[in-house]
Amino acid sequence: MNQPLDFWSMMFVFVLASFIGVGVIRRVSRLLHTPLMSITNAISAIAVVGSIIVTGADYPREIRIMGAIALFASMTNIVSGFLITDRMLKMFKSERKPGSDGRP
Amino acid sequence: MSHGIVQLAYLVATVLFIFALHWMNTPATARKAVYAGVVAMAIAIIATWAQPEVVHHGWIILAIIAGFIVGVPLSRVPLTAVPQRTALSHAFGGLAAGLVGTAKYYLWVSEGPENLTVFRMIAIIVEVVLGFLTFTGSLMAAGKLQEVKWIPQRPVTYPFQNVSNLGLLAAALLIGGLLTMHPAAEWAPRLFPVIIALALAFGVLLIIPIGGADMPTVIAILNSYAGLAAVAMGFVLDNKLLITAGALDGSSGLILAIIMCRAMNRSFTNVLFGAFGQTQQAKAGGDQKEYKSETIEGGAQVLEQANLVVIVPGYGMAVAQAQHKVRELYDQLKKRGVTVKFAIHPVAGRMPGHMNVLLAEADIPYTDLVEMDEINPEMPQADVALVVGANDVVNPAARSDKGSPIYGMPIIDADKARTVFAIKRSKNPGFAGIDNELYFSERTWMLFGDAKNVVGELVKQLAGAAGGH
Repeated sequence: MNQPLDFWSMMFVFVLASFIGVGVIRRVSRLLHTPLMSITNAISAIAVVGSIIVTGADYPREIRIMGAIALFASMTNIVSGFLITDRMLKMFKSERKPGSDGRP
Repeated sequence: MSHGIVQLAYLVATVLFIFALHWMNTPATARKAVYAGVVAMAIAIIATWAQPEVVHHGWIILAIIAGFIVGVPLSRVPLTAVPQRTALSHAFGGLAAGLVGTAKYYLWVSEGPENLTVFRMIAIIVEVVLGFLTFTGSLMAAGKLQEVKWIPQRPVTYPFQNVSNLGLLAAALLIGGLLTMHPAAEWAPRLFPVIIALALAFGVLLIIPIGGADMPTVIAILNSYAGLAAVAMGFVLDNKLLITAGALDGSSGLILAIIMCRAMNRSFTNVLFGAFGQTQQAKAGGDQKEYKSETIEGGAQVLEQANLVVIVPGYGMAVAQAQHKVRELYDQLKKRGVTVKFAIHPVAGRMPGHMNVLLAEADIPYTDLVEMDEINPEMPQADVALVVGANDVVNPAARSDKGSPIYGMPIIDADKARTVFAIKRSKNPGFAGIDNELYFSERTWMLFGDAKNVVGELVKQLAGAAGGH
């Protein structure tokens, strides 16, 4: 196995992705910092990919149990993260609908 | 599915994730971001699931169903509880990373120690340490935010706290180094749990000395850790999608943490190791100054005659659930032709952007939510600054009193408005235990009471006056 090569290509990916992340996230409106946090929560639950392999491959039982718990935790983050982000974003309106003056 | 197709799917998912974050630029495109994220995640899950090495499907299906059962209610919490939910989801993210790292280590120890190269071992240890410390640290943060009884709200400090915490971390790293050299030694599988235990303990001890006012920064830092744990998992599994998605999350947490730190004029180390809120307790309760209080009728009259009213919301508004009453006040004033703006301090509330979400929930257009730097030049023209549950973010001591623990923190210049009304639950000092000079300014009148009731009374008064004409 050519480990050193793999290591460096992964390092490049990591560093470049971090720069993209910084560049993109600096431009996110301050209004949306809370939804930003919940959507990045959901995105970082991409750990689901690792959990699926550990849960579903032909590994010993104890290892698959750890995988299943990790999969459950990641899936919870994906579901709740995207749903709550959408729920919050729906509330941001630039102006009031006519007629909605006063009570909801 | 062949290797090439899986990699292609991962690449598409990566691009979609980047677009998702890009679309969070403005509220106008933000909902597209969620759709892009969901599509990317679905592609990644299907591509992974379809790989030939995945042969058992029962547990995967069960875990996914369980994730939905827990995840859907978690997404329906009231918006005041969003900081806790966020902390809880960091805990889940950390747990997942820690468990996958642990599983991979034990797998390779028994079925292929040649996989445990030095580089892989370092990645596994980073993943496990970051994962498990984020797990307990975030649980503690969530507990503090939820005000769980047996988790102390005030910062807990004891002698040699930082030394012993760092000693613990050093011990974990030492054992990590030992394991890296001899990953497959006979004793190694028994030493591995010690690292897990140390990381779990370190997470708890890291959060114990941190007070509620510092939570926005801490949540952002934990967000970053959860992302970095995912990056480390990517290194372990040689998976570039994990590395990119984790790096996006990690940099997001980092940027938010930097913004929060700047907004408090403090450094990371100071937030994490400074035990804020401890030193000032002695100072509070010194010389007693007099508050001037105002009646609801008087307050309503001044508000009615103003041209520009700036409302400064804070955590107290969230606690009292006063945002809907504030909206009614906003409506009443708008009806009279008064310009109403909201001044949002970056650290108002318990997480980044907390106030914006609460006010948006109350149906206040985001165009009237103004950032600190933009509202401050306008403050001298404001006829009334109405402080609803904010405290430290309007304390002029941050500008003038070098001895104050918040000295140097940028604040909203509420004191420059012609009249200041401050709603306050009691005569006690705020969360950080610091006296607020604003309350004793000659332009300031206090409205004592629960924020929701006081604003509600103001609304009634204004509505009654309108009806009486």
